[in-house]
Amino acid sequence: MNYDQYLNSRIAAVPPSGIRRFFDLAASRKDAISLGVGEPDFKTPYLFRDAAINSLLDGETQYTGNRGLIELRQEISLYLSGRYNISYRPETEILVTIGASEAIDVALRALISEGDEVLVPDPSYVSYAPGVIFAGGVPVPVETRHEDDFRLKAEALEQKITPKSKLLILPYPNNPTGAIMEKEDLEAIARVIREHDLLVISDEIYSELVYDDHVHVAFASVPDMLERTITINGFSKSFAMTGWRVGYACGPEEIITVMNKIHQYAIMCAPRQGQVAATAALRIGRENNYESIVTMRESYDRRRRLMVTAFRDMGLECFEPYGAFYAFPSIQRTGMTSEEFCAELLKEKNVAAVPGNAFGASGEGHIRCCYATAVDKINVALERIADFVASRS
Amino acid sequence: MTKLEASLLDILKEDCRIPLEKMAVMTGASLEEVASAIEDLENRKIILRYSPMINWDRTDRERVEAMIEVRVTPQRDMGFDAIARRIYRFDEVKSVYLMSGSYDLLVLVEARTLKELAAFVASKLSPLETVTGTATSFVLKRYKEEGVIFETDDADHRLVISP
Repeated sequence: MNYDQYLNSRIAAVPPSGIRRFFDLAASRKDAISLGVGEPDFKTPYLFRDAAINSLLDGETQYTGNRGLIELRQEISLYLSGRYNISYRPETEILVTIGASEAIDVALRALISEGDEVLVPDPSYVSYAPGVIFAGGVPVPVETRHEDDFRLKAEALEQKITPKSKLLILPYPNNPTGAIMEKEDLEAIARVIREHDLLVISDEIYSELVYDDHVHVAFASVPDMLERTITINGFSKSFAMTGWRVGYACGPEEIITVMNKIHQYAIMCAPRQGQVAATAALRIGRENNYESIVTMRESYDRRRRLMVTAFRDMGLECFEPYGAFYAFPSIQRTGMTSEEFCAELLKEKNVAAVPGNAFGASGEGHIRCCYATAVDKINVALERIADFVASRS
Repeated sequence: MTKLEASLLDILKEDCRIPLEKMAVMTGASLEEVASAIEDLENRKIILRYSPMINWDRTDRERVEAMIEVRVTPQRDMGFDAIARRIYRFDEVKSVYLMSGSYDLLVLVEARTLKELAAFVASKLSPLETVTGTATSFVLKRYKEEGVIFETDDADHRLVISP
């Protein structure tokens, strides 16, 4: 049977993720050292797991309210106001979702009408552009560049704005580049947003992973931006809780209400035990000054320095990534494309990295390397990459 | 303790074979600063030794361990220190702690055989004049020590490549 005529043509037209292809290649190499992961190498702190275990033992196996447990939303509200100085009402302005991924999808579907243009910094996380297309919008990539430390520049953004522009996705700290946006960078973007009357989806999932005395600034904390921003965050990266699938969206009541409409029909609610563990994570964090985050961040920072220094020592240009857990070195001097570099590296040296172009055209000439991996493995991988680069120069 | 010292201890407690150069990169300090900080930590007896954590149960070496609760009569002016010193000097004794609670000293002892260990308690520990009583418990299996889980499955369950 030919199913083509049955399948949704808009969705069928979106090409499969560039990462998927590389995943199949890398997964066939059992003993490869992978710098291609996109999640913490820490396990969820035991106290948070314990909260979920107790909840199961107590028989808490029912749905929660659509918007999520009120205790969790209260903790989220306290967390965001305490950490980032942004204030959301737990009852009406916060929606708990299945990971930040669902929050992004639901936000896009709540806001986009057919043909609306959505500005997406390039390179960035692989889901944004397809999500925009699925919702009927048109993704418009906004180039970010190595020489700007991959920060989004107001001029570059402004150039891509048309009368159809509705929304900017602002993903900082950034996956794959590790770039951050300082307060002044955000203020420059805010001027453009105000002038062109746009809304912003600010995906701040890596907000806790910012290094070297830099601080994360929430876009909604920039003057006048609270009413124009949907803040998205979650527990996967800051609390090492990827598999639990708990994230959240916060924003103006009118928008969250519509997002909840989609969420309640499609999802019902995020898994209860995930919500319980997340509540424990925030409550315990509030009580012990986010000890678990501090420990993880310090550990990532040491590995970050190790990796960036090694890339520079082997002659690859690598800007200082102050956020997330990725380094994004340029491999242009080898004369290879990102995909060639990664495929050959895997074949010859058994090290997996992700080609930069999987995250958008502006990522070409770079590779994404995750430093959330044991130090000894990172060291071996970096030695092998150095050998590989030397053999190609 | 400085921030650099704290970072170095964090690194060394995980792996004390990391070269100084790498530690310098990881902490953002110079090689000289790292070398002198470590020397200082050694001089101040904060770092006492660099040794591997060994799971002897996986070797063929015969070995028994016991924890002995010891009750003693404290001595005038010396408290428990004098008797603790008498006890920790024995080669069989791995650790000695002064405890709160129903006994005074906790003594961790290691010997090759049960017989040797029993002999230590009977002929060396118990006869000490200030020791008023002992209770010996043998270690049957070690699950976790110094934060290291002995039976752990260390497999990385993450996807090899993820977005």
